[in-house]
Amino acid sequence: MLDILKTDKTIRWAALAFLALALSGLVIDAWILNNLMFGLARGLAVLGLLVLWRTGLISFGHALYFGIGAYTVALLDTFAGVTDLVLRLGVAVAASAAIGFLLGFILRKYRGIFFAMLSLAFSMVLYGILVKIEALGSTDGFSVSATTIFGWKPETKFPLFCAIVATAVVAIVCVQFYLRTTLGHLTTAIRDNELRVEYLGYSVAKAIHIKYVISAALTGAAGAMLATALGQVDPDSMVNWTISGELVFITIMAGPGNVVAPFIGGIVFEFLRTYAFEWAPQAWQLIVGGALLAIIFFLPRGIWSIFEKLMARIKGSQG
Amino acid sequence: MQLAIAILLDGLSFASYLFIVSVGLTIVFGVMKILNVAHGSFYAWGAYLSAYLITLFSDMGYPNWFGFLLIPVATVVVGLVLSVIIERLVLRRMYHQDEVLIVLATFGLFLISEDLLLLVFGVNPYFAYQPMAALGNVRLGGISRDVYSMTLSALALIVAVACWWGLTRTRWGKLISVVIHDREIGLAMGLNVGMIYLAIFVIGAMLGALGGAYIAPTISVSPGFGIDVIVLSFAVVVIGGMGSIPGALIGAVMVGVLRAMAVHLMPELELFVVFAVMAIVLIVRPEGLFAPAKARTI
Amino acid sequence: MTARTLGKAIRTAALASAVAAAASMGGAAAAKNTIKVAIVTFLTGPAAGPFGVPGKNGAELMIDAINAGGLPGHSKGFGGATLDPVFADEAGGNSKQVAEYRNLVEKQNVDAVVGYISSGSCMATAPVAEELKKLTIVTICGTPSLFEDEPRSYVFRTQGSAVGDSIAAAHYVTQFMPDVTSYTGINQNYAFGQDSWKFFKQAMEQINPKAKASSNPQFPKIFSGQYGAEISTLSLDRAELVHSSFWDGDIEAFVLQALVRGFFDDKRFAAVVGDSAVDSLGAKFPDGVLIGTRSRSGILIRRDTTDPLNVWFIKAYKERYGAYPVGPSYQYAKAVHFLKLGLDKAAAAAGGFPTQAQMIEGLKGLSFNSVDGKTAMALGGGHQAIHDVGYGFTEFDKEKGEPAATNVKFYAAECINPPEGMLAEEWVDKGMPGAKCD
Repeated sequence: MLDILKTDKTIRWAALAFLALALSGLVIDAWILNNLMFGLARGLAVLGLLVLWRTGLISFGHALYFGIGAYTVALLDTFAGVTDLVLRLGVAVAASAAIGFLLGFILRKYRGIFFAMLSLAFSMVLYGILVKIEALGSTDGFSVSATTIFGWKPETKFPLFCAIVATAVVAIVCVQFYLRTTLGHLTTAIRDNELRVEYLGYSVAKAIHIKYVISAALTGAAGAMLATALGQVDPDSMVNWTISGELVFITIMAGPGNVVAPFIGGIVFEFLRTYAFEWAPQAWQLIVGGALLAIIFFLPRGIWSIFEKLMARIKGSQG
Repeated sequence: MQLAIAILLDGLSFASYLFIVSVGLTIVFGVMKILNVAHGSFYAWGAYLSAYLITLFSDMGYPNWFGFLLIPVATVVVGLVLSVIIERLVLRRMYHQDEVLIVLATFGLFLISEDLLLLVFGVNPYFAYQPMAALGNVRLGGISRDVYSMTLSALALIVAVACWWGLTRTRWGKLISVVIHDREIGLAMGLNVGMIYLAIFVIGAMLGALGGAYIAPTISVSPGFGIDVIVLSFAVVVIGGMGSIPGALIGAVMVGVLRAMAVHLMPELELFVVFAVMAIVLIVRPEGLFAPAKARTI
Repeated sequence: MTARTLGKAIRTAALASAVAAAASMGGAAAAKNTIKVAIVTFLTGPAAGPFGVPGKNGAELMIDAINAGGLPGHSKGFGGATLDPVFADEAGGNSKQVAEYRNLVEKQNVDAVVGYISSGSCMATAPVAEELKKLTIVTICGTPSLFEDEPRSYVFRTQGSAVGDSIAAAHYVTQFMPDVTSYTGINQNYAFGQDSWKFFKQAMEQINPKAKASSNPQFPKIFSGQYGAEISTLSLDRAELVHSSFWDGDIEAFVLQALVRGFFDDKRFAAVVGDSAVDSLGAKFPDGVLIGTRSRSGILIRRDTTDPLNVWFIKAYKERYGAYPVGPSYQYAKAVHFLKLGLDKAAAAAGGFPTQAQMIEGLKGLSFNSVDGKTAMALGGGHQAIHDVGYGFTEFDKEKGEPAATNVKFYAAECINPPEGMLAEEWVDKGMPGAKCD
């Protein structure tokens, strides 16, 4: 698996870019650092959605895993006093992967709008539970105390930022590796023609199931990281259906072209949101909705396609 | 016994409301294969315009019952204007696209509409209680109930019958069935499918707006109140079977009564039951309890 | 819209005159001419109309008055400086508030944050305020947990907690509704709603043990708006009294839906923080409802107040916004006023514009008279306010064509709040030892 680092161009460039990003954390303003953390954390969830989208599946209920990840961190903190980052992340990923594995048996049979709706139903079941039960924080949610790393309590946000960047890099490498395996190569084949894949002797259901679990785990990691970076969880900003919609929006905005795109999308979204709140607090949804329509109509392959075009032009001018 | 009656009546009036809101959604899906998130916007605009007109006219000294004349006005205006704008500007360009991508586009439209509402109507809530007050209350099953909520059930029945009759007993309805079953055959027969789509979308939008306009007198019409309605009507439509009118009716009754049961007996489960049933129905009968006859080509 | 433009014009004028004044003084020792303060309140969402905007108006009125030196009996400015407000939206959930708080402090570099209506937002942002070490004055937010869970160094709250409201309500019910033998409740399912019901029930068990609580109180989700089934449940309940801490648009929606069903003919209703609905519904609001404003403010004191600040506030507010101030208007104005008094005190002690640490020293434990009577920062190590809380029954004044309250009675701050260092729950359980009631 490690030689993917040597052979894959995307991975090499991404690793360099992310290293530079991590180092920049030493000099940038605190608010930029925060927004980068939120954006990268959200990017993990978008990467999860991307894995599914490559197969033609769009989930309107990924806030389920986002919520499971975030609430795992919050509940561990509130009821067991767990602050260790690795433990938080580990349990959150395990919990979302486990739920994803169970629900995957059902969801792998569904396609298109039915897949989207059943995902939505599952996520709203969790929302319905969280909102109405006092012990689970009801609409208030929980505060999450500052994280520790192997018993060390960092003074600044920088170590956490590095941890999030590192998680993002690991996720990128793993997903890229997976996409290059035979199973991964089936991704687009399934979208194009399931029957043909079955005739080739592969089980489509199984392939989708595996993708679904990967996607759930990534989104759970995203929720855990966001909860830790933000210090707060609540159902309306993490589990409601509008959040699922928001995640799908970032996915479309980022574009399916590349495994790095989700993180660019996440960061763009976070800054868009910050400035929208500052300049036009009453028109935030208008801006997001407008951007969504504009991307669907004018930039169907997302922000990443701008990069691709630029790269092509540079190459073209060289040749 | 009192409790059972209360659950039934509460459930039915909530179900009637849900049915009126959802039936437009299911019709549009049935014909156009579009699951329209912006349906919640028709609902919200209908409610706002109706509440605005009712308060305006009652401030001018018109009697309480006058509101009943304004509700249809709000319904028609919102239904016509919004749906034509949305269909012509956005959906028309998307009919060849993936179903889920269209859902996302309508989500974008919904977000835009939420803030436009805020810009047009401001942040202050509207209270258009006059029509509700005009009808007063009656005692039923030991507790008093407002007559207005009961007229909701009558309205729901009228809507259900009208939709059923319109789709099965009129020439128009038959043409629409052709398009539902096979769009290409419809085109080959020389039908103006674009026109039929527009008409269906306008009707669906009017039903959404009607739901909002009629419920407006009973609630405080304030920013953001359309968000919950969307998922609830999704649940109704999915439970009944996307595209089925009797399905929407059954779905609405199930959701309404279950929710009322939860509120009376175990309030913690109020939201949980609705979506748990939605999930179970999707698992057991993915096409919904009343799946419309399928004749889609692969 | 016009009010806002007017406000802007006044603010600009005030700022210009302040700058001119500072310039004419030759800039002596004036290290700081303006302080930038974030005012957080609901600008969108269902709570904006009834709570957020009146709160913003109250803050704006007070800021402009102090900046221009127009607050009766007070000097100009905040410790000599002009306050430059940044208005931010409280809608959108707690996680968003936390992110926004960070942006206000780290990106917009505000000197202090004043605001937060919902208990959800103040509980979520308080830990961040401590982390970022930024002076934060919470304006409303009812949950006692804010200062009971842990001590706070940078957070103040100028509004008493739901404990005082609930104990005062229990006293009032006992005194003015002696025939009540059982009660139930409908409260929003979040910290404030849960606490309000919990402490009301606990206080009733102590003060009025013969009245029994229902086993089936309702906790609908905040902002749910439709209460058909809940009203049926409450109607079926035998309890005569229904307690509710509904606020925002929910209280109006509930009252209208219940009204048409004749609910208020069968049940007595206690809207402990419902005064915004009394004003917005006017003649439609039923008479005889127990109503509270959470301090000496709003409908309870409007008719016969003689307190000069109070009179000034009502008059100035009405002139500028064309409506009476409601609970949140007073509470936001009071928080701004508190900031001024603390800064003035700190500036006098420091002999120049104070540092944040000096400001906090100046604010800590302050006792002051504001637009809603006397407030003492007596709990939470001088960070949490106590003040009188009162109730009355609604009665529409037909002659004047506006709502009013009868049988108004206030309970002293020391009667309804635990002593410093004691948890509210424990104090009420022990029978409220040391409470000074009349």
